[in-house]
Amino acid sequence: MQTSASFRAHRTSIRLPSGWTTTGWVVALLVILPIAAVVWLAFNPIENIWPHLASTVLPVYLQTTLLLLLGVGLLSLIFGVSSAWLVTLCHFPGRALFEWALLLPFAIPAYVIAYIYTDLLEYAGPLQSALRELFGWKTARDYSFPEIRSLGGAILMLSLVLYPYVYLLARSSFLEQSVNIRDASRTLGCTPWQSFWRISLPIARPSIAVGLALVAMETLNDFGTVDFFAVKSLSAGIYDAWLNMSNLGAAAQIATLMMLFVVLLIWLERRGRARAKQFSGADRFKQIERYRLEGLRGVLAFAACLVPVLFGFLIPFVELATMAMNHLDQFSDSRFIKQAGNSLLLSGSAALLAAALALVLAYSQRLKPELKGLRVAAKLAHLGYALPGAVLAIGVIIPFAAFDNTLDGWMRDNFDISTGLLLSGTPFAILFAYLVRFLAVSSGSIEASMAKVTPSMDMASRSLGANTVKTLRRVHLPLIKGGLLTALLVVFVDCMKELPATLILRPFNFDTLATAVYQFASDEKLETAAPGALLIVLVGIVPVILLSRTITATRDAR
Amino acid sequence: MTLILNSAFRLSITFSALASSLVASQASLADEVNIYSYRQEFLIRPLLDAFTEKTGVDVNVVYSSKGLLERIENEGRNTPADILLTSDIGPLQDAKDRNLLASIDSAAINANVPAQYRDEDGRWVGLTARSRIIYTSKDRVAQGEITSYEDLADPKWAGRICTRSGKHSYNLSLIGSMIEHKGAAEAEAWLAAVKENLARKPQGNDRAQVKAVKEGQCDVALGNSYYFGAMLTNEKEPEQKEWAQSVNLLFPNQDDRGAHMNISGAAITANAPNPEQAQQLLEFLTSEEAQRIYAEVNYEFPVREGIARSALINEYMGEFKADSVSLTRVAANRAEASRMVDRVGFDN
Repeated sequence: MQTSASFRAHRTSIRLPSGWTTTGWVVALLVILPIAAVVWLAFNPIENIWPHLASTVLPVYLQTTLLLLLGVGLLSLIFGVSSAWLVTLCHFPGRALFEWALLLPFAIPAYVIAYIYTDLLEYAGPLQSALRELFGWKTARDYSFPEIRSLGGAILMLSLVLYPYVYLLARSSFLEQSVNIRDASRTLGCTPWQSFWRISLPIARPSIAVGLALVAMETLNDFGTVDFFAVKSLSAGIYDAWLNMSNLGAAAQIATLMMLFVVLLIWLERRGRARAKQFSGADRFKQIERYRLEGLRGVLAFAACLVPVLFGFLIPFVELATMAMNHLDQFSDSRFIKQAGNSLLLSGSAALLAAALALVLAYSQRLKPELKGLRVAAKLAHLGYALPGAVLAIGVIIPFAAFDNTLDGWMRDNFDISTGLLLSGTPFAILFAYLVRFLAVSSGSIEASMAKVTPSMDMASRSLGANTVKTLRRVHLPLIKGGLLTALLVVFVDCMKELPATLILRPFNFDTLATAVYQFASDEKLETAAPGALLIVLVGIVPVILLSRTITATRDAR
Repeated sequence: MTLILNSAFRLSITFSALASSLVASQASLADEVNIYSYRQEFLIRPLLDAFTEKTGVDVNVVYSSKGLLERIENEGRNTPADILLTSDIGPLQDAKDRNLLASIDSAAINANVPAQYRDEDGRWVGLTARSRIIYTSKDRVAQGEITSYEDLADPKWAGRICTRSGKHSYNLSLIGSMIEHKGAAEAEAWLAAVKENLARKPQGNDRAQVKAVKEGQCDVALGNSYYFGAMLTNEKEPEQKEWAQSVNLLFPNQDDRGAHMNISGAAITANAPNPEQAQQLLEFLTSEEAQRIYAEVNYEFPVREGIARSALINEYMGEFKADSVSLTRVAANRAEASRMVDRVGFDN
């Protein structure tokens, strides 16, 4: 294993073309632009909203947001880490199936699962109706039933679709952990349980933290689910200030506060973590010897993996498919096909571009790790993920329109030609918003993979005469293939589900599957929305399965 | 791997090219009019189709529930938007206050729409009117047991009232009208008392409140008038018919100021690239033909006088007295109404 001391010593001997650094800066600054626009808005409120908020609803907003974050974080951690460890390091019935099935809930948009469970669990839903039938209750006053539209309900819904982030990262970390260390722990008499707590978990902690950070940011930026469940989190405060009090500046202040909170969380986690660097050794390609769980233990392991898959995917999927059956004619509707095309095109382009940008950022930092400014800028570029989509959309509108109008003004003054709006109101604006929003996801995956490539590889390649581009292509890309594909697939699925920014930024007469589904579902026409929602899920399943194969391949396929 | 990446990048270039061809197709100089709409598209689609058929002018729409004012504002003199459509007075007034609107100078529109439903400076025009009414359970509330918005504060309704979020624009407008009529202090006391009577935390949309009455969670609900027609005739979700059939409709305050009214409306943007077509469309939307479609398809009240209401509306709603307070004043009270909702903890 390479130590960080020798890493630094050799690093200085590499000559660097400044092209990578410049490109890295350009990418980072472009992505920061909309985030900066939101912060800029925060300096221009119509009136100071804080005295009013502090004396009325702020405590509620803060408490709800914290509980939501804690609840979703904790549940995602439990669902994600336990199942990842079980399928990676244990042998029990159904293990191979769960390996990929555990990722499936990721394909279901949070607002869709919220609609479906409300439909199932509310008073008129099949469950309560059956209970009334069974016990002869007449009205809601005859019995009590937990209200799905509540903070608890929101925590459950969000956890069920967000835990796959934790599962994904924990699993690849468990897979990459040195088999030797675990063998040693076994030799020293650790039980599987002890080995999990003392060895696997501490080593996987950085990856799990990245997964949890993604979950936390998704939870913070969610509005669809919490609004539907009448849960008053900070994002409710943002929209209230913006739309009801016409105070966009105040809304931007709350959004900025949320971003600062995320920065604080990430910083705390990093400070608390040991700084040890790990590079992968050759032993990771040894076959894992799995703990055999038999009898009751096997059943428990099966149940632990089944719960998130059953509630996060199977039930909502069957419900959705049943509803879609009544509207099969929609699948051949030309508008529907166009919406699907738009979704695929935008999500596909965004996934490719986000991976490319993340690669540029990661590699330019790797080449010049001493450039602190670039490192900070690259981190700031991740914050778009913590912004509610609608606020991010405003952040995109401002610089795009400023660019368009400045160019147009200049062209009019000098050449008497109007160029009009070149970027605003185009699919490119949506694409850009996706990049800003999901760069954190692709970067997380690609940076983590690249960090595991020993620097001695770079050195060997460079001393054999390869330049930085060739080294990236011939050495890094093959080694980080897994991380790269993960980034591509996760961003693709995320973009398929994206709603609020798409709604605001889209061109005329332009729909994606998500906007079409939302339009029906928000009007309580869940059935009419079902085919579109089902297609989002089906299209999402393919990458999810590919993803699982990729991860498994990091160990098995060699 | 290199191969995969290379082809990936080539693909992305193809994608971008395709995407920009999408852009090109919508920015032509054809005979068209462009709408930024806060109103859901399916509600206005039949009218827009009728307009295109009649005039040959194509209509392009961006629908979003938020952010469109910001688009118009930032796009400035290059905005493609000709018309702003809203389902509430709030954004119209907001747009006017931010100087985003042109004045509508059309004798036809002024003749079609009564002054009560037009901006005094001609910056916006109402297209349809709706009342915020009280739905009461047929089984559990006797006719005449409740007659006004003020009655909602009566302790006898404790634990029996349902409504959507106090922060929803329809409720903010109602509270804004209370402020206008009764003054802020009395309005706040009323709101606090209504809060005490709520059967559950405010949630869901207007239809969900009627559904809750049907299901026995509450006996009285606030909701917009047109939802009744939409539910009663809902063939795709027939259970909504049962919701509608479980309630009586009450137009409040018939003995004094009349039932609270709101509008769906439209405005022409200050930098509209197609102002003539925009005016043409607004004239059409206030014409007899369009007003009749609004009444028949959406169960809204035509703003134009002398248009027959739909048979359903006549059967269930009949004639009623509408509050004639200035909508501009009501809209101006919205921020205060929103703070009031926070102060009494209405949504908590």
